[in-house]
Amino acid sequence: MQNNTFYNEVLTDHNLHPVHKHHLEGANFSLEGVNPSCGDDIVLSLKVEDGKIVDGAYEGDGCAISQASADMMLDLVIGKSKDEAQRLADIFLRMIKGTVTEEEMEELEEASILSDVSHMPARVKCAVLGWHTMQEMLEEV
Amino acid sequence: MTEKDKLIRKEFPILKNRNVIYLDNAATSQKPPCVIEAANQYYSMHNANPLRGLYELSVDATDAYENARKTVADFIGAARPEEIVFTRNASESLNLIAYSYARTFLKEGDEIICTIAEHHSNMLPWQQAAKATGAKLTYLYCEKDGTLTPEMLEEIISEKTKLVAVTQISNVFGRLNDIKGFAKVAHANGALLVADGAQSVPHVPVDVQDLDCDFMAFSGHKMFAPMGIGALYAKYDLLEKMPPFLFGGEMIEYVTTEGATYAEVPHKFEAGTVNVGGAVGLAEAIRFMQRFGWETITKREDELTAYAMEKMKEYPYVHVIGSDDPKEHHGILTFKLDGVHPHDIAAIFDEHGIAVRAGHHCAQPLMKYLGTLSTTRASLAFYNNKEDIDAFIETLMEIRKEMGYAE
Repeated sequence: MQNNTFYNEVLTDHNLHPVHKHHLEGANFSLEGVNPSCGDDIVLSLKVEDGKIVDGAYEGDGCAISQASADMMLDLVIGKSKDEAQRLADIFLRMIKGTVTEEEMEELEEASILSDVSHMPARVKCAVLGWHTMQEMLEEV
Repeated sequence: MTEKDKLIRKEFPILKNRNVIYLDNAATSQKPPCVIEAANQYYSMHNANPLRGLYELSVDATDAYENARKTVADFIGAARPEEIVFTRNASESLNLIAYSYARTFLKEGDEIICTIAEHHSNMLPWQQAAKATGAKLTYLYCEKDGTLTPEMLEEIISEKTKLVAVTQISNVFGRLNDIKGFAKVAHANGALLVADGAQSVPHVPVDVQDLDCDFMAFSGHKMFAPMGIGALYAKYDLLEKMPPFLFGGEMIEYVTTEGATYAEVPHKFEAGTVNVGGAVGLAEAIRFMQRFGWETITKREDELTAYAMEKMKEYPYVHVIGSDDPKEHHGILTFKLDGVHPHDIAAIFDEHGIAVRAGHHCAQPLMKYLGTLSTTRASLAFYNNKEDIDAFIETLMEIRKEMGYAE
């Protein structure tokens, strides 16, 4: 058995024991994100006050990458301003495209473990689902 | 690995060159050197535009093409070579029926029946043909284990039904459907029977005259032939009365500025320069299969399926979709693993050098009916062996642990 799995403990832990996977009372923004080809389907909810994300959660189904990525994203952006969250989403999406500096990657904290997805074209959509959904939502805020 | 395994493996260089355990044969098969060499020989020795040229090379190319048609016709028991129309693949064959036959002969008030277990390629052409003609499309629902019987068709068929489309082997369940029985029910009600042979022609002996189906579609690439060549079998009188599907070169007899008369069957359905290299490759793939024989092919596939299913049954977290009887799977093992998404399952198999399929298998309505979004599928060919299955099972039993479960 090989042991160099992409599914490390951080990823599987966020998938099996997500912190932010629940219904969010008092959310003022909510949006569904879907990957029709894989069947990943999440609903992202945020509570935004005065341009700041004070709380967030997601519900739905999908592969471990889509679920863990959404959970790590919420870890990162809750408590940050809308603009800051947009900036981090931009860094994340560039990391998946393989055009990001090491300093930028550090800003993503745990979410940076998904950088290998840049070499896994079949899983890009899974990794970016939550982030794309958040970007789309924040443009409306 | 047995001596026989080694002998068969030698025929498939990619299995050695890429160090892969290939279990996605229902999607496409690997190719033996004799097939690659046959296409190579054609392009090195005989290539010219067939059917038209008045010189030796073109006659060679025409012979190569028409001999391939005869090989295909004999292989599936067609009454005559003209009953084989070369296409790109099963999807194109089914579209040919939908465009040429259904859109010409069906009208408002008519009905098309297709089963819920069909691959999209034997469903979407009927959805579109129904929309274009005003005919109604009705679905025949299988049981949750994939069972489909002629009696079930009998219950919903009526004199309005003009076409019935059924797969011979489902690409999800692997179950062999009783095409002969379906054809009988269809004919008794004045309808034609379209059989999708994409999964059956590569894995079980098929005799279209015995089955008495009116159409059968299949692809070359799932049966060791190159990609881009497939066939439509149709009864001769049907091909005669069907209008051309595509228009242009090589399918005409006489053309004026106002119109044209069309070439004879089957050439009227093969517009444009045809894929001779592919047809020659398909004929060689058939001879390749015949060298091993059905007994070897089906016996190996059945034994490996039974071996895999026995091991899978011992593991409580895995659930095989379809029959409990390995003989009803024809090398197709679609399954769910508790707590792990199929895309993660396939990714972990890939990390272990094993190629399996994950997703909806081009059968989204079936997945919805089965109450799932996606599943994982391992599918065998006769070049697979016991070691492949052992590696597959060993990895399968590791996946939940890799995903953070205690067992």
